Amino acid sequence: NSGVVCLLRPLLLDVVPSIRQTAALALGRLADYDVELAEAIVKAGILPQLIYSLPEENRYYKKTAAFVLRAIAKHSPQLAQAVIQCGALEMLVICLEDFDPGVKEGASWAFGYIARHNPELSQAVVDAGAVPLLVLCIQEPEIALKRIAASTLSDISKHSPELAQTVVDAGAIAHLAQMIPNPDAKLKRQVLSALSQIAKHSVDLAELVVEAEIFPVVLTCLKDSDEYVKKNGATLIREIAKHTPELSQLIVNSGGVAAVIDCIGSCRGSVRLPGIMALGYVAAHSEDLSMAVIVSKGIPPLCVCLLEEHEDHIKAAAAWALGQIGRHTAEHARHVAVANVLPTLLDIFVDTRSSEDLKTKATLKNILQKCTYLPALEPLLHEAPPSIMKHIIGQFSKVLPHDSKARRLFVTTGGLKKVQEIKAEPGSLLQEYINTINNCYPEEIVR
Amino acid sequence: RAIDEERKTTYKSVVKIQRWFRACRVRAYLRHLSKMAILIQKWWRGYLRRKHFREIVERAYFIKKLEFYHAMAVRIQKRWRGYYVRKYIHNFYALKKYLKAVSVNNELVRSELQEYAEMKENEEKMKALEKKEKEKKYEARKMHYLLSTAQIPGIYNSPSRKSPDPMELLLRKSKPLTHRKQQVDSPSAKELYDWPTCKRPPAFVTSLPLLPADRQKPQGPFRDAAEVLRQRHKPLEPTLRVRESMYSQPAKAREAPPREEWRNPMHDKEFLPFSSYHKNVEKYEPSLCKSGKYGQEAYGTKYFREVYPKKWIADKDFETLFSSIVLFEKFGKTYSSTGQIV
Repeated sequence: NSGVVCLLRPLLLDVVPSIRQTAALALGRLADYDVELAEAIVKAGILPQLIYSLPEENRYYKKTAAFVLRAIAKHSPQLAQAVIQCGALEMLVICLEDFDPGVKEGASWAFGYIARHNPELSQAVVDAGAVPLLVLCIQEPEIALKRIAASTLSDISKHSPELAQTVVDAGAIAHLAQMIPNPDAKLKRQVLSALSQIAKHSVDLAELVVEAEIFPVVLTCLKDSDEYVKKNGATLIREIAKHTPELSQLIVNSGGVAAVIDCIGSCRGSVRLPGIMALGYVAAHSEDLSMAVIVSKGIPPLCVCLLEEHEDHIKAAAAWALGQIGRHTAEHARHVAVANVLPTLLDIFVDTRSSEDLKTKATLKNILQKCTYLPALEPLLHEAPPSIMKHIIGQFSKVLPHDSKARRLFVTTGGLKKVQEIKAEPGSLLQEYINTINNCYPEEIVR
Repeated sequence: RAIDEERKTTYKSVVKIQRWFRACRVRAYLRHLSKMAILIQKWWRGYLRRKHFREIVERAYFIKKLEFYHAMAVRIQKRWRGYYVRKYIHNFYALKKYLKAVSVNNELVRSELQEYAEMKENEEKMKALEKKEKEKKYEARKMHYLLSTAQIPGIYNSPSRKSPDPMELLLRKSKPLTHRKQQVDSPSAKELYDWPTCKRPPAFVTSLPLLPADRQKPQGPFRDAAEVLRQRHKPLEPTLRVRESMYSQPAKAREAPPREEWRNPMHDKEFLPFSSYHKNVEKYEPSLCKSGKYGQEAYGTKYFREVYPKKWIADKDFETLFSSIVLFEKFGKTYSSTGQIV
């Protein structure tokens, strides 16, 4: 800050190459550390000098120059834009064509940081023709280079379907799919995240990803010892499952649901979130798939999640997933109710501390409208707020007229007494339900 | 007057009787008329109603038939819809089978994944074990001096023990470690390989081959080892005759590189062929044979010098001061080739 940048600037033009290199390295480390230093470097106009001399320099200089560009571009979109305006993209493409893997790594890392911020910058990176070179980089034997190239492709394709399509057209999917069985954990993280960013945009892209035969190899990633590999694997499955019932069917048929459920059971914290959402999406498409989720023992881990987790969004996701499972038919609702999860949901709903999002997700309406399993509804009767009470009473009024044993139970557990205590406006739906219930019993008991 | 009155009374009574009788007659006539009218109306209405009745009966019959058909159609549709839904749309047994298959598949997948996880764990354990072993061996090599000798038992081989410590056994097995840095590749040669434009290391020998360090000096009147090696690795200095002969071995060996050079020509920017920078800066200069628009450029065959009239000092071109050779004038003109003007 004390004029360091001005001091380093003439050193960049020095005759001795190692001085130039070291000056560039110093600039890179300064920019890496602090945003203001990066802005100072950009304002001092050093970048054009750095970039113009790039093609004739040796590989160490190219590596350090790429490091400088990356350190500047990582802080904010404006700095990345400034880097682009100095004409850095063409020079980085030249670096990507170099033979040395270290130079390629630096260049693709810089591209990754530039493309990360917003779609326009990604488009600029794509327009510079970086994507085919990145796909070539992925095929190189060095693991570090593969990692960085995969993460760059992931950053490029995450913004919009057109960018993802460009990445796919360069033939990236096949190479990424080949790298999934690789033993290196960080590489797997990046590869899975790249595939999930591609698959998330549209059905066609998801189908292309699936056609690369990732199932059932992806399921081994869900058993990896690294947390983030599991998370990214679950994210990939979620992005594929959410588009159409056929894709969800494919996932179920290849045993993906079981793997996801085991994965949820073994992790803690926000790593579980994509897995929970994947289950929710699969169950939401149709009742057969929802039944398949139930049969694969999906409900207990979700209940455990709901109880154990402290963070709101994970709880909301678990509540939503349970709602999707239970909303199809009475059978499904019964399975959900048997797991004793309805009181928990009710508590969350009533709790003043839970956020709006959590409350809306925890509405039991979907499940209750189909639930005919009365023993589970009984405890809810005593504690529910009026909005939920309406549905509970409605369910009772549907079941009680037909089932005599249930009627007896209802009276003995004090349900009838509770029903009498409820005050409802005459003519409302609640009153009708209450009347229906009262009509099932002889008058003396009602009194 | 009494007869008058009698006559009046009889007249009145006759009139009364006649009146009454006429009234009866009229009444009977009217009754008859109304009876007739009723009869006609009865017959007519009966006829009309009977005609309608037939239509009504027909209609009722038709409706009854239709109802019957509807009832039968409902029965058929009921059966068909039940069958169709149960077979194709919501096949319960197929669903059950499918769910069973899904759970079986899940079990399979779970067991496979479990195996995979276990395998991974084993691998990691093996790696950790191996690392430990390696470290132990390295330590044993470093502490080789702690080995027990015939006279003095080492610390791992105390006399009060029944059998020596495993460390002792390890020490016995290991080779003593020397810290001399092993030169696997001579660093100068590596550096030269790294230069992008250099293909082979230079021909001179940078360092003599090293003798193994723990090699025992051979007993006897042997020459100094370094001297022997120097002599052995002295480069060949053939006589002039051998050197200049075309068919001798060294000459043939010397011939081989030019062929290599033809195959892999050396030039400055050899190792940067794909750089788009060079594509832009060094434009491709086509050869003269191919640079014409439709084929061969006329230069070299038709005319031999490009003319730049603007650069002339005087206004005239060069003039040939001697007569051209007649034979050469006829070049290309003796026979007319197709399309070319003679």
